[in-house]
Amino acid sequence: MEENKVQNEHVHTPGYGIYFFVWLALITLTALTATVSGVNFGKLSITVALIIAAVKSYLVLTEFMHLKFEMRAFRIFVLVAILFFTILIVLLFSDYSFY
Amino acid sequence: MSSNSVAVGKEGNLPSYLIDEGKRKGILAWILSTDHKRIGILYMIALLSFFAVGVTLGFLIRLELLTPQGTIVNPQAYNEFFTLHGVIMIFIVVVPAIPSIFGNFFLPIMLGAKDVAFPRLNLLTWYLYVIGSIMILLSIVLPGGAADTGWTFYIPYSVRTGTNMIFTLTAVFVLGFSSILTGVNFLTTIHRLRAPGMGWFKMPLFAWSLYATGWIQVLATPIVGITLLLVIIERVFGVGLFDPTLGGDPILFQHMFWMYSHPAVYIIIVPAMGVISEIIPVFSRRTIFGYKFIAFSSIGIAVFGSLVWAHHMFAVGMSNNAEFVFSLLTFLVAIPSAIKVFNWTATLYKGSIELEPPMLYALAFIFLFSIGGLTGIIQGALNVDIYLTDTYFIVGHIHYVVFGGTGIGIFAALHYWLPKMFGRMYNKKVAKVAFWIIFVGFNILYFPFLILGWLGMPRRSYHYLPRFQIYHVIATVGSWILVLGLIIMFFNLLKSIRSGKVITDKNVWGGESLEWHTQTPPIAENFVDIPVVNDAPYEYKQNDEEILEKEEVL
Amino acid sequence: MSAENHAVVHVHRDDIATKMGMWLFLFSELLLFGGLFLMYSVYRYTHQHDFHIAAEGMNIFLGTANTIILLTSSLTMALAITAMQKGKKILSLSLQIITFLFGLAFLINKFFEWSAEFREGNYPGSPILTAKPAGQVLYYGLYYTMVGLHGVHVIVGMTVIAFMIRFTIKGIITKDNYVKLEAAGLYWHLVDIIWIFLFPLFYLIT
Repeated sequence: MEENKVQNEHVHTPGYGIYFFVWLALITLTALTATVSGVNFGKLSITVALIIAAVKSYLVLTEFMHLKFEMRAFRIFVLVAILFFTILIVLLFSDYSFY
Repeated sequence: MSSNSVAVGKEGNLPSYLIDEGKRKGILAWILSTDHKRIGILYMIALLSFFAVGVTLGFLIRLELLTPQGTIVNPQAYNEFFTLHGVIMIFIVVVPAIPSIFGNFFLPIMLGAKDVAFPRLNLLTWYLYVIGSIMILLSIVLPGGAADTGWTFYIPYSVRTGTNMIFTLTAVFVLGFSSILTGVNFLTTIHRLRAPGMGWFKMPLFAWSLYATGWIQVLATPIVGITLLLVIIERVFGVGLFDPTLGGDPILFQHMFWMYSHPAVYIIIVPAMGVISEIIPVFSRRTIFGYKFIAFSSIGIAVFGSLVWAHHMFAVGMSNNAEFVFSLLTFLVAIPSAIKVFNWTATLYKGSIELEPPMLYALAFIFLFSIGGLTGIIQGALNVDIYLTDTYFIVGHIHYVVFGGTGIGIFAALHYWLPKMFGRMYNKKVAKVAFWIIFVGFNILYFPFLILGWLGMPRRSYHYLPRFQIYHVIATVGSWILVLGLIIMFFNLLKSIRSGKVITDKNVWGGESLEWHTQTPPIAENFVDIPVVNDAPYEYKQNDEEILEKEEVL
Repeated sequence: MSAENHAVVHVHRDDIATKMGMWLFLFSELLLFGGLFLMYSVYRYTHQHDFHIAAEGMNIFLGTANTIILLTSSLTMALAITAMQKGKKILSLSLQIITFLFGLAFLINKFFEWSAEFREGNYPGSPILTAKPAGQVLYYGLYYTMVGLHGVHVIVGMTVIAFMIRFTIKGIITKDNYVKLEAAGLYWHLVDIIWIFLFPLFYLIT
């Protein structure tokens, strides 16, 4: 069971502080996205909203979900899943954005 | 055999996994077991039972099609027949078969592990499978009757029809969940439970095929899950997403449906290809040609296979750009499959071929799958597909790749691994006779489909023009021959389990992967000591030469 | 693994495998919602004006409040795990309970929000809704389906956390064995991430 202990210990000593900072960033970004929605960016609005949402998700994934500290394989997995979804949406729109 | 390359302990007199050793006995020791080998057998029993139902439906469909008008059933029943045939054969037979029977039984052993990563989750997948399958059977007898939409459940009909759609769709959802969890289990098993020394490129190719399949199971299945869930929601709540009168888009349904159902055909075929990659080297006594190419081509098929779904929709009214893109990608997806066929053939070249029953099925696979694959490429051409889509050409293609591919692959796996699973050998002569009957019947049944489609006969059609009848009669006779062959084959195999010649030899075929280095049948823990792996799994010629050298010296 | 039919029982613990299994399962959940996001993107693209009109009826205040609630619940969940790593059982337990309560608050807000919508006649199949232009019907269809499915996942997440609370009390989750809590945390964070995307897509359409 020795190996399990080594597997489970994070390289860093866990602290509470970093989580509060992440949370603060998330709340700020939420306020930002709500404010920005009042501004008329036209076609760009949805892009801006999605970018902010992506940044928030990135923070949750890397910090709250510890992706930063897990094996590289996990990070590759997440990229594979995101890539798969991206392929689906891009190819789907090959049908819908041309009439 | 390369006895130096793998160090295993002596199993001695430890009982096989078939003996009840724990506190439970009898049937409870099986249906509550978390032993991957027992779960594999549970899957085998359930699956082959449902296969029999699916075959019966096919048999009845062929009887109906003997005459251009009604023969034995009314049109409504006919629609339910081909729907059930599709649902059972696809979701209940070919999608789960090789992973859940042979993957469950042999993946841990091939990797040198004692079980899969999540044994209890494994048992759960079997329960989900059985529940989903029984629900499909129940849908026949419950008020409303079985679904009549075809296994593709296209809207708006699936929203409007009065048959048991909610029940059927829920069953398919449950079956999909079973598939997803199997994928999770196998992916984790392959990542975490390989024996010491077994790097990724020392794994047997069957493990590689299950790895690629696992990814498709996890990523693609949820898409059809939500799509079918939405049809249920539409029927119950009328949200409008799949109701054209409220703005719903039927083409969007088809996109979503095929986003899973195309990758699903790779869940169906890739494990079968893995089985063939195991069998060909053993019965040619040669290392597989291009191990890395075959390994990567499995991943390649999984990736490319996700990009081609709309080739099922060329005639429904998509944009020109989509049609062009998907046609191009469809041609590309043939490449990784072709790589495998070339590599298998290259392995056979100058090999020492042994035409044992598993090898006969493996060779038939290559032939039949190639026909199926080539007809697939024909359909990928837009201008040709306009005429061929929704005709019997497609039905012929489907059966050549799925039945001639995975079906034959299942039979190959049975003939290869059953002796190891039960420690009994079947009658090889009978097995070979059954093989030839199946092979002949198969082609007499399905080749006319390609001709019928070419001549314009639509699929799923109860009535047809009289000029098509001769082909239908030939095909139906073919179906009788095929069913006869199947009966003989299964009878032979089942009989062997009870009263076949007992085998104590660990390695009846001379294979190199780890399952051939452990007891026949395996002990509950698979190995006394976890093996340490030094060699790649297919080093036949070298090892045979080593043995010959040793014998010369002696 | 297979404890019943042999004499020697092996207890093989692999925390990385447990987390890997949970991550893979999360991908299937992601793609489940992904299918709905695909439909959203197509229907919004083809009915941009109607989506805008329909979205004006959304309660941005409640939506924003719920976003903050879920983000904060993710914080408390992460803190609960850190507390357990440091051996602070009572602190971890409290944080888990707070997370659970945040989930409950989310659902209560949702209940009020939907009650208001239903009272206005905007429920699936209602005469008022089906009379509206197609794009608006689709908007509401997606709204109820996606937010509803998300709510189901909030309930599942809360159930999982309830189990973790029980395991913590019983000493099954400890400083040296907390992978179950980590796995529960991963699930909860996914529920949060899905809402991070749902929020702007339904509440903040300009």
